[in-house]
Parts: sequence; structure tokens; C-alpha cells
Amino acid sequence: MRGYNLPFKGLIKAGAFAAGMLAASSVFAQEDTIKVGVLHSLSGTMAISETTLKDTMLFLIDEQNKKGGLLGKKLEAVVVDPASDWPLFAEKARELISVNKVSAVFGCWTSVSRKSVLPVFEELNNILFYPVQYEGEESQRNVFYTGAAPNQQAIPAVDYLMNDEGVERWVLAGTDYVYPRTTNKILEAYLQAKGVKAEDIMINYTPFGHSDWQTIVSDIKKFGSAGKKTAVVSTINGDANVPFYKELGNAGIKAEDIPVVAFSVGEEELAGLDTAPLVGHLTAWNYFQSVDVPENTAFIEAWRTFIKNDKRVTNDPMEAHVIGFNMWVKAVEKAGTTDPDAVIDALIGVSVPNLTGGFSTMMPNHHITKPVLIGEIQADGQMETVWQTSGLVVGDEWSDYLPDSKDLISDWRAPMSCGNFNVATGKCGGKGVN
Amino acid sequence: MKCFRAISLVLGFLATMLATALADDASIRATIAKFATAKNFSETGEIVRELAAIGDARIERLLLALGEGDVAFRKSDSAVFIVQEKGQTASLFDPLTGEAAGEAPKAAYTKVKVNNSLRRAIRDAIGALTLGAEDPAVRLTAATTMFLNPDPANLEAIEAAIASETNAAVKAKLEDARASAVLVSDRPDSEKMTAVELLGLRGDRNTLSLLTAYGGKADGELKDAVDRAVGRIQASLAFWQAGENVWYGISLGSVLLLAAIGLAITFGVMGVINMAHGEMVMLGAYTTFVVQEIIRSQAPWLFDWSLAIALPLAFLVAGAVGLAIERGIIRFLYGRPLETLLATWGVSLILQQAVRTIFGPTNQQVGNPSWMSGAFELGQLSITWNRLWIVVFTLAVFAILLFVMKRTSWGLHMRAVTQNRRMAASMGIRTPWVDAFTFALGSGIAGIAGVALSQIDNVSPNLGQGYIIDSFMVVVFGGVGNLWGTLVGAFSLGIVNKFLEPYAGAVLGKIIVLVLIILFIQKRPRGLFALKGRAVEA
Repeated sequence: MRGYNLPFKGLIKAGAFAAGMLAASSVFAQEDTIKVGVLHSLSGTMAISETTLKDTMLFLIDEQNKKGGLLGKKLEAVVVDPASDWPLFAEKARELISVNKVSAVFGCWTSVSRKSVLPVFEELNNILFYPVQYEGEESQRNVFYTGAAPNQQAIPAVDYLMNDEGVERWVLAGTDYVYPRTTNKILEAYLQAKGVKAEDIMINYTPFGHSDWQTIVSDIKKFGSAGKKTAVVSTINGDANVPFYKELGNAGIKAEDIPVVAFSVGEEELAGLDTAPLVGHLTAWNYFQSVDVPENTAFIEAWRTFIKNDKRVTNDPMEAHVIGFNMWVKAVEKAGTTDPDAVIDALIGVSVPNLTGGFSTMMPNHHITKPVLIGEIQADGQMETVWQTSGLVVGDEWSDYLPDSKDLISDWRAPMSCGNFNVATGKCGGKGVN
Repeated sequence: MKCFRAISLVLGFLATMLATALADDASIRATIAKFATAKNFSETGEIVRELAAIGDARIERLLLALGEGDVAFRKSDSAVFIVQEKGQTASLFDPLTGEAAGEAPKAAYTKVKVNNSLRRAIRDAIGALTLGAEDPAVRLTAATTMFLNPDPANLEAIEAAIASETNAAVKAKLEDARASAVLVSDRPDSEKMTAVELLGLRGDRNTLSLLTAYGGKADGELKDAVDRAVGRIQASLAFWQAGENVWYGISLGSVLLLAAIGLAITFGVMGVINMAHGEMVMLGAYTTFVVQEIIRSQAPWLFDWSLAIALPLAFLVAGAVGLAIERGIIRFLYGRPLETLLATWGVSLILQQAVRTIFGPTNQQVGNPSWMSGAFELGQLSITWNRLWIVVFTLAVFAILLFVMKRTSWGLHMRAVTQNRRMAASMGIRTPWVDAFTFALGSGIAGIAGVALSQIDNVSPNLGQGYIIDSFMVVVFGGVGNLWGTLVGAFSLGIVNKFLEPYAGAVLGKIIVLVLIILFIQKRPRGLFALKGRAVEA
């Protein structure tokens, strides 16, 4: 209505000025924000887990901007949806780097999605922070693994069961894909190295989304009635867990008799379950929402305010993103630039507080140090820590228990700069992606 | 004077009584106080054993609370209490008498942590404490606990209990408990032999576990007896194993049938390739979730009825969505199967994402009503209630559907339209509406299936995807257009699958079933029960 009173010329002037401002501001925006890519599935099967991580990234970027941004610039999140479709992950990664010119990408959940984006990050030389526990056997220059390697989750859990629960017979149950298969191979080798006989190990794989667990639960019961203390080590992924635990509960298998230790069940997954029959079953992670330290309490509170839901839970991969993001921020500040080469070098040795009251450091093998916590599921869907490592555990990318990887090490510092250095032959190169 | 003396005597007697009681109390309390200083689980376990050794029945309350994780000590003075948390505050209770002892904020005390081995120790301790309880059910639990966790130290207590036991069931259980304890004790071999004989008669898995464990340590004649008993139990278990596989097969078959029965109408009777069928199942499951949410917040006492309330609602919701899909999309595509397939697949994606947007991508919690939780034993077969009810429910749905199709005038119209559309139209049947309501019926039944499946599977936007392939498989295998074919198809697929699974594993088992179906379809392209007559050629 005010424009109506203006002279015609003035109107044009105002319009031109506004247009100029608009153009300027978009130039301004392009020059003055640092873009951060978020590559998590918001639709499809994996949306159940990955959507929360997208929100976590938006939350972290928002918090950082409140603190005044980074290098005097604001951070800007670029969110894309790879829709749980593995080839689409590579496409979207390429789009983030080439079209949106992001400085770093935080994303992926499944190992297959990570494997699909690796060549893209190598080719376009960018940085990926991968926040989920995985099977190891990989160390790539452009990837920083903030989730747990097998020695930071699976092996301590087995140690706990062996020493504190006196378990002698093992069921290794998993979903049929790369993470459970590799983890179980490592665990089998580890158990045999500890003197467990082959007949005391039962390995079982099920398809994705398996929902009829009657036979397997009955097999576990049968396997458990051989007079030796039995435990189940579960690498069952995603949705299949709910019917599995329901069947266990209904079949009357109690945690006191046959405990199940799970590597893929966190607070988020338990939120969809009636946890009463699960009390006492175990999980192994590097973070629990129930960890009672001021850093964690502050984080949970800030997260719930951001997401506007005072019942939202937190979980381990979220913490991994918190650590990864803070490490990246610190490394960029140290390098004084967001140039990937400089940041990749600056990241090694960076140490930031984690949410369990200690510090996590980025090691030369691009894995981080973490405490390992074993928790028992409580009636309220939270985990109670029953055991934890006395110090921090360094992520071991090449398992010492597999014959073809035990001689390999990774060190991305000059002059070695190698992700799979073979100490036996003294040469870089061997198994792996490089 | 006499009287006075008597009184003083009585008073004196009472005073000594009180003093010993107090002394006992004091020593128990001192032991309880140690919970605050225990550094690890094994130290806490020691305290539990110490308390159990005192043998005071009042300890039971404390131990039960400890097992539940409800024992805590105050940070300021290390006083131990039983706590009941409510939000950020907790009511405190005296550990020995259970009297209320005020309230405290959550931050003011630390909980005594328990883990599985501690829980086992507590269970054993309670078992020993409650062997002489009033309630036979409690005594039975105690005897069972002692049977499963043999401990030579309990042997005398068990023998004393057997002598005074009047209830036959409890007595039998106690005999078993005695036998299992004798095996691990240092009693003479003759006594152990009787124990092995007794246990050999039981023939269940727990006994097998006990005997196998003992068999490793025994030698000579005793070992032979154990081996014989183990062999006998294993033979009887192998027999039950076959029964178990049949039951699992029936149970899996009923789930398949439930998921497929709606499709048997939309695809089987109408010939519409409906890729959004799984999403109708999902809508039914989400309806159950919404109903349970409302009941939880508004009327918790109705929870056991939540499924009964959800059934008609799920039928209406899924049926209405089905009606809308038929009127809005499918009716324009009759006779064009490829386009129908693509369009309904698109609809399924839209429905999935819509649910994901409204309810979020995470699983939703759908509880089991009490009558659907747990299991019961039939011989050596453990049958879970939820599976049993689903079998019953599926058969009921099937019977009702059959009745509607064969015995009602609407069913007659439906069959008339599918068999000869033009003739039916000439007879004055409004075929478009029959189509619409047939599709709605199929969708509504899928919605009902969702209510049942929410009890065994997780309720997430992806729920339907898991069932769509299986459903088509069942309908095609059983013979398109034949409800009985769907029934037989579902149960035979379920049973074959479950017999293969123990040998081939779940992954390979599924593949073998698929290969078998492909071979079967090659031989009989129209499935098990092919429709005969003109309708097929049309």
C-alpha cells in the first residue's frame, strides 16, 4: 500500500535497489558461509535411523552459528536425501561436492552406502565423517571414522561376557550382510584364540527384515541347554530386532539364563519396543543416554530444546557426529582454512570432549579413541552401564584376528601416508580399498 | 507378691527377647549398610549371600527390590533405602520393615547397580528364603529355582522341606530339586544313581542341560547311567522337534495367509495387481497404534480391549483408503495390468512417505495385551499365546470371508461381476460399485491383518514392504481366484519353510522355497487350485 503513494520513478528505484540488495545478499551468502553437507537417508528403509542424524547435524550447525560461526563465517547445512538407495548415495555425494561446494560431508549409515561413496570422495578430494559402528578392515584418506571399530565394541563385549558372566557357549546371530559377516568372522577367530571350541560356537544369519524368529529362538534355546552358560552376540540389524526380542520375551528366555548382547540396538530402536521382557539383556556402545556427566546432561537438554520434544532420546551415532563435527571445527580453526588437504592433515591429533566425560582424539589411522561401555537394558528403555573400560580404546582398523589383515596398519601422516601398510613386507598396499 | 514376680519374670523374658531381636536387626542392618560401600558386582553379590545366610524372611522384600534395581543409598549419609521413583523425586522405604521414610529428589541418592549374575544370586537367595512360604505357588517357584540352580549347600534345607511338604506338585518339584543338588554334592554314588534315574524320567530341556553338564564330570557306571538318561531325553525331544516344526509352520502359514487374504480378493478375484496392498496392512497397524495411544492416555483400563477396538477401525480406515484408490486411480486402468502395477506402486510410496511424515520414521510402540503375552507348555512344546491367537484369528477371518463370498447376495454379485461382467451388468448389477466395494473389502481385510501383525512385527512405515512379495507368492501359488487355494498355499509354504529352516538356515531356506515355487509354476501355471471354466479364458 505504501508503494502506491510513491512517485513512479521512486518505485523503479526502490525496485532496482531491492533487486540489487537481493543479488548482493546471494553473492554475500555464497562467499560468506561455509557449507556442510549432510548425506543421510530421509526416506526408505534406513530413514528410521538416519533421520535423527540429519537433525543432529542441523542442531550442531545451529549451535556453532550461535557461537559466531567458523573462521568469521556462518555455517550452512546442505541436506540431501539419498533415499536408502546405495548408488544414489554416490550421486548425491557428487552433487554435494561438485554443485554445492561443501567443505565436508557428514553422512552414511550402512557400510554398503559408505563403500559406494568412497570413490567419489577420493576423486573429488573431500572429507567424509562416518558416525556408525562398523566392521573395520578399511582406512581411507578422505574418510574419518567416528563410530566404533570391532575392537571398540564387539571384542570388549565378548570379554565382558566371558569374564563377568562366565559364558562358554556362543551364538553369533546376525543379519546377512557385510557388517555382521565380518564382525562374526573376527569374533569367531577371537573366541577360538581364547580357547573356545568350534562346537561351542553357533553362527546364524537371517535376511533383512526377518520377522519369523520362532525357529531361531528355539534353536538358541536348544543350543543353550548343553549344560554350559550360553550367550547370544547379536549383530541383527534394524527392524528385525523388534520381532526377535518379542519372540525371546514370549519364549521366556530371560537375560539371567541366556543374555543377548546387541551391537545395533540403541535407545532409538528401543523406543519402539515394550522393554519389560528385555530387562537385563546387554548392549555395547561408546555412549549411553544414561551416562551421568554434566556434558551429557547439557547436550540432552539442548538437543531436546532444539527438536522441541522433551522425550526424544539420544544415541551413540549421534555422539559420534558430535565428536566428528567438533573435531572438524577445531581442525578448520587450526588450519585457518576449509581446504580439504589442510583439514585432513590438521585433523590428526585433534582432541575434543566426548559426551561421557572424557576426551576423544583423532588417531593417524583416521579412527578415534573411545571408552567402551556395556549396558543392561532397563524397563524404561534406557541402558544402565554395568561395565566400562578403564581407559580409552584406540580404534583398530585392521583386525589383529583375521589372517589377511593382521599385518596391516594405517598411518596417514607423512611420510608413510598409507591406509594399508603391510608391516611384514614393509610395503604400502594390500587388502582394502586403496 | 507372686503375681508381681510373675510379671517381672515375663517382663524380663520379653526384654531379653527384644534385645536379641534388636541385636539381630542391628546385625542385619549393618550388613545392609554395606551395599553403600560395595565397589563392584561381586562385592554386592557377597552381601546378598550374607543376607540370605541370615535367613530372615523380611530380607525378601529388600532382595526383590534389589533385583528390580530399586535399592539406593543416600549420598549424604550412605543410608540404604528401597526407593520408588516418580519423575524427579522418589519415595523412600525402610529396607527391613518397608515403612515409608519420606521422599528425596533423584539426585540425592545413588542406586545400587545390578547385573545378570547378581540377579541370579538374588533369585537363588529368594528361592532359599521362600521355600517355607505360605503360598504353594511361591514354594513351587522356589523349588523350580533350586532345581535349575543346584547348590549342595541347599540340600539339607530341601530335604527338610520335602519332609514337611503337603502339596503334591510342590513335593514332586522338590524331589527334582533334591536330585539336581545331589548330583553336584559329595553324596555317595548310589544316591546319585537314583537321582540320575529320577531326572531321566523328566525328559525336558532343563534336565538335559543339567545332565549333560554333570555327564562331563561323572565316570564309570554313573556315566553310563547319565548317558542313557541323556539319550532317552534326546530321543523324546527329537519327536517333539517335528511337532514343533509343524506348529511353527502353521504359525508362519497363518501370518502369510493373513497378509495374503486381502490380496486374494483384490488380485485373486478382481485381477488388480495391487502393489499398495502392503501399505493397507501398515495402515491397519498404525490404526492399532493410534488406538493404543489414546487408550494409554485416556483410559488405561481398556488396554486389554485395544485390539478389539482397533479391529473395526482398521477395517474402516484401510477400506476407505482402498475405496479412494479404486475410485481415484484403478478404475481408469482396468485391463491395463502394467499401468496398474506402476500406479499402485506409486501409491504405496506415497502412503509410506505420508505415514513417515505424520508419525516419524521410527518404530512405534504397540503393546501386547496381557492375554497375548507369554507362552504355555504343551508337552515339550512351548507355544506362545500371540502366535496361537493369530492362528485362531486368521482362520476366523477366513471363515467370515468365505461366508460373505458364498452365502450373501453381495458375494453373489461380486462373483457374478468377476465371472462375466457384461452379463452381470445386463442383469442390473451396478458393476462399477461392486468393483469399488470389492476392492475396499480386500483393503479392509488387509487393515485387519495389520492389527494382528502389529503384535509380532514392528510398526514402522516399512511394515508393508516385507509382506507384499510373500502375499503375491501365496496367492499365485495357491491359484489365482480361489480362496481355498490361498489357504492351502499359505500353510504349505509356511510348513515347508519351517522344515527347511533348521537345515538350510533362514536365508537359504527362503531361496529354496522360491526356487520350488518357480518350478511348480512352470508345471502348473495356474497354481495349486486352478479355476476351471469360461471365466478363466475371459
